[in-house]
Amino acid sequence: MSLIQRQGAPSETARAVSGGASALPQPSSNGSSGQGPADGQQAAVTLTEVSKVYGRGPAALLAVDRLSLTVSPGEFVCLIGASGCGKSTLLSMVAGLDTPTSGTVEVAGHRVSMMFQEPALFPWLTARKNIELAMRARGVPAADRRRLAGELLQTVHLSGFADKRPHELSGGMRQRVALARALAQDADLLLMDEPFGALDAMTRDLLHDELDRICADRSLTILFVTHNVREAVRLGDRVVLLSSRPGTVIEEYPVPRSGPRRIDSVQVAELASQITDRLREEMSRHGG
Amino acid sequence: MAVSTPTQNSAISGLDSLELAQRQVGSRSARIARKAWAAIWPKLLAIVIVLAAWQLFYASNFRGDTADHLVKSPGYTLGDLGDQLAHGQLWQAIEVTVQTAVIGYVLALLIGSVIGAVVSRIPPLRAAVGSIISGLQTMPSIAWFPFAIILFGSTESAILFVMVLGAAPSIANGLITGVDYTPPLLLRAGKTMGLRGFALYRYLILPASLPAYVAGMKQGWAFAWRSLMAGELLVIIIGHLSLGILLNTAQDNQDLSGAISIMIVILVIGIVVDMIFSKADLAVRRRRGLLDSAAAS
Repeated sequence: MSLIQRQGAPSETARAVSGGASALPQPSSNGSSGQGPADGQQAAVTLTEVSKVYGRGPAALLAVDRLSLTVSPGEFVCLIGASGCGKSTLLSMVAGLDTPTSGTVEVAGHRVSMMFQEPALFPWLTARKNIELAMRARGVPAADRRRLAGELLQTVHLSGFADKRPHELSGGMRQRVALARALAQDADLLLMDEPFGALDAMTRDLLHDELDRICADRSLTILFVTHNVREAVRLGDRVVLLSSRPGTVIEEYPVPRSGPRRIDSVQVAELASQITDRLREEMSRHGG
Repeated sequence: MAVSTPTQNSAISGLDSLELAQRQVGSRSARIARKAWAAIWPKLLAIVIVLAAWQLFYASNFRGDTADHLVKSPGYTLGDLGDQLAHGQLWQAIEVTVQTAVIGYVLALLIGSVIGAVVSRIPPLRAAVGSIISGLQTMPSIAWFPFAIILFGSTESAILFVMVLGAAPSIANGLITGVDYTPPLLLRAGKTMGLRGFALYRYLILPASLPAYVAGMKQGWAFAWRSLMAGELLVIIIGHLSLGILLNTAQDNQDLSGAISIMIVILVIGIVVDMIFSKADLAVRRRRGLLDSAAAS
């Protein structure tokens, strides 16, 4: 398994770490570290004292403050927090689309894929071609692309819609195509940035079941960002609560896995209300 | 948990069909017929109105022009057009003009596309060239002809030069706009997929800019066609029989019905090419779902 290490830009590692740290406003609190993987097992994602500052001088905004988090391979971790907790920034840094101002982001494995709140499908391509393009980008031969795309469409129950363009599909169907496209990237790590946030509750519930099923069939590590506490508890093995402005870990909640869960089950509701209370406490800190 | 239950599967497909249900209205052939009629009747009515106005003008004998045999009836003029179409000369002129139009437009397309592609890649150039392009677009193309004739003489090159100046900026502008408005979210998605460099261009940025590019090409054609007509009237090339020359000849002979016949030919060519561009434009946008469903049905 290869190890991708991100410290600022890959080519200018040292400068990004030391130069950035001095520009930081004084951090308020230290982020708690993650639960950590089991002994002898390499973590899928390791964030160590990661900070991100936007802008310079007095206008600089500390978006993420010395955040540390470890995600084990195959783990489903939900990040939750109010607006401005730097969740999306965090995902961008793990995806390699953005670099930390200081600290390190280590991603084990060879590939990271990402899903957004919008399906972000290419509107001129059919569902099948959208999925095939993701495989073309990583060099899968043409003959295999078609077959694999067919299998993935089957996985998301869209075999009958392979030749439809995104605008001919409903919101939920588009998001399933986007999921199939993310899976087509054959990633070990799937980053999901509020992927079901724009869907109605009924569609969302069905997609939760779908995601459960798909995860069970694959060895996927998932980092899932959401605003919805119940969704986080419904899906995650662990829910990580982030503070707002700057974002850092305030609390982690392991979710006991005991058979299939439903978003309306008592266990989900109990843990969700506990997390919601803690989240409100955190939000009221910003009110005064 | 690993296996989806039959209830789950049917719930998903049920929800899918419920969400898509309202989109199909009427049979396919009925929709096509309705669409064709909706497209045709305004044009038919327009022709009827024009012919009626013309006939009225003719019948009114305004200034005594009809009595002087200056103004001819629509019937006579259309007969005249028929006669001309039966002879080789008009067809020869059409061929010359259309050929010039194609050469000029293809040149403009090449030059405009190259400029657009280069400028959209280099941000500092982007601002400067953007101003040059809008400047060129405000300049009426006919004002370039003295310049072109001094530079190239009374040759086809002078006409092509002005056509390119008229059309290339629109085409370049279309491409630049398209590249500029490639949705940032799609760029993010493309980059996480691993699209980089040329592949990012080939599979994302170029297809994403196609609607604006086609719109630019359509506008470019309109400019090129107008420049060509002005050019053929102003730049008299010896032994070069074009529609513009025929129009000039009709003017010299005080031949109103002859002039109108040529004008009808020019109008028809313009309309036909415009329709082709509109079709392409519509097809590109429909593919992407950029038309609202009311306009698309």
